[in-house]
Amino acid sequence: MTLLGQGIAWLVEPFTAFSFMRRALVACLALALGAGPVGVFLVLRRMSLIGDTMAHAVLPGAAIGFLVAGLSLPAMSLGGFIAGLAVALLSGLVTRFTALKEDASFAAFFMISLALGVMIVSLHGSNVDLMHVLFGSILAVDDDSLILVAVIATLSVMTFAIIYRPLVVECFDPGFLRAVGGMGAVIHLVFLILVVLNMVAGFQALGTLMAVGLMMLPATAARFWAREVWSLMATAIFVAMVSGYVGLILSYHMNLPSGPAIVLTAGAIHLVSLTFGPRNSLTAGWRQRRHLKG
Amino acid sequence: MSCLIDLHGVTLGYERHPAVHHLHGAFEAGTLTAVVGPNGGGKSTLLKGIMGLLRPLDGHIVLRGLDRRDIAYLPQQADIVADFPISVLDTVLLGHWRRVGAFRAFTPKMRRSASRAISGVGLEGFEARLVGTLSAGQRQRVLFARVLVADSPVILLDEPFTAIDTRTTADLLALVLRWHGEGRTVVAVLHDHEQVRRHFPRTLMLAREAIGWGDTASVLTPANLLQARAMSEAWDDQSPLCERSAA
Repeated sequence: MTLLGQGIAWLVEPFTAFSFMRRALVACLALALGAGPVGVFLVLRRMSLIGDTMAHAVLPGAAIGFLVAGLSLPAMSLGGFIAGLAVALLSGLVTRFTALKEDASFAAFFMISLALGVMIVSLHGSNVDLMHVLFGSILAVDDDSLILVAVIATLSVMTFAIIYRPLVVECFDPGFLRAVGGMGAVIHLVFLILVVLNMVAGFQALGTLMAVGLMMLPATAARFWAREVWSLMATAIFVAMVSGYVGLILSYHMNLPSGPAIVLTAGAIHLVSLTFGPRNSLTAGWRQRRHLKG
Repeated sequence: MSCLIDLHGVTLGYERHPAVHHLHGAFEAGTLTAVVGPNGGGKSTLLKGIMGLLRPLDGHIVLRGLDRRDIAYLPQQADIVADFPISVLDTVLLGHWRRVGAFRAFTPKMRRSASRAISGVGLEGFEARLVGTLSAGQRQRVLFARVLVADSPVILLDEPFTAIDTRTTADLLALVLRWHGEGRTVVAVLHDHEQVRRHFPRTLMLAREAIGWGDTASVLTPANLLQARAMSEAWDDQSPLCERSAA
């Protein structure tokens, strides 16, 4: 076999040989479609840390789902979705009707939610279960969870297509949206639901904590390559897909845990982007030192 | 002349403290009105009230034969996220919101009118530039282009010339005067009294209460200015309830 043939085999064989690797890859590609755009809007809205908050917030719901139905992904997902949505809704309401700002009210509710989750898990489960919720296992993705991830990705893409314009305006010029009667609050709520949904999809595969990585790192990396919102989204999706693929390959050949391998790949892309990316990166100014005439 | 925006004893404010107190009057169709007064006098608050962004604490605002969406509103600069990655053309296209709403596509005709508006405010060739890379004056030109595209019968401008250089001010003021000439109703919050005297036929002087509302020459008098300056900006935390009725 030639060197080239060996190389191609190295890149392809894990997926042709094992169906669990194929499912994992498809799950990653689907996740990228939803999580990439969600991450971009979180960054643009200066809500980058909200993703992390939501990841912890889904814990009690997932734990209750686990207690009721055992290690059943649908039950844990539904529980996680309800818990995440509750935190998002309560935070949204508090922000709108009291003086507390969004970051503070999210912080308050997610702490309550997280403590509740840890309490439930320690009373009724073992630390191993908690680890599973927090870190997941993409290699254990079965057909049911694959369908769930795909449904969420489809819903996300469709919803973004529908709310794209008001969402952009709500980020850029909320006063204008209010003045033209553009339902800013509804748009914000729909966006928060998308965040929670994609978090749930992510925890199927990567666990809640790693899911945030696949959401935020491609989005932050994209800032150093793309200029406008649509190209930021496309870049983030691409980076998330590449991270998923490369992470899986590395985890297979080097016997690494898959979730961290995927997120670390995204992290590496982020570091390379912020160092060498063409737009406003560390070296972009240095490489184009000469200024223009006008 | 027909009344377009009627104010019946309108009180607007924050946390029950009035910023605009028992204001009576009307903006008539086709008038060009300057709103002047000290900071904290309620000028921006009044515009927000007209736009429905703030609910009156008392009294009511009546729009006659006019939908709120027919009003083009230019808020103060600080309200937009200046570094958001959106192009000049996309920003100006939003002026068509009344016609396309949140979901419909922009037609080629709308794109042409947006490009014309961009040239009209002196920003030809800036279509693809990101709004975040513009100067404050250029950004204000973009927002004026958006108003131009909206083609609204009523236009509210909140401090449109604050922190804007003289040439840009002259260009944009010419647009305001053109709108007036086209029969549109324009209300602008301004601080330059000389500019108001020279170009704005009508003036509302607001220092929480209306100090004067009418022909500019009769409103912008030394006595009125003195009275406006005497307004206390402070909230009175022990203030008793206001007993005046809206009617």
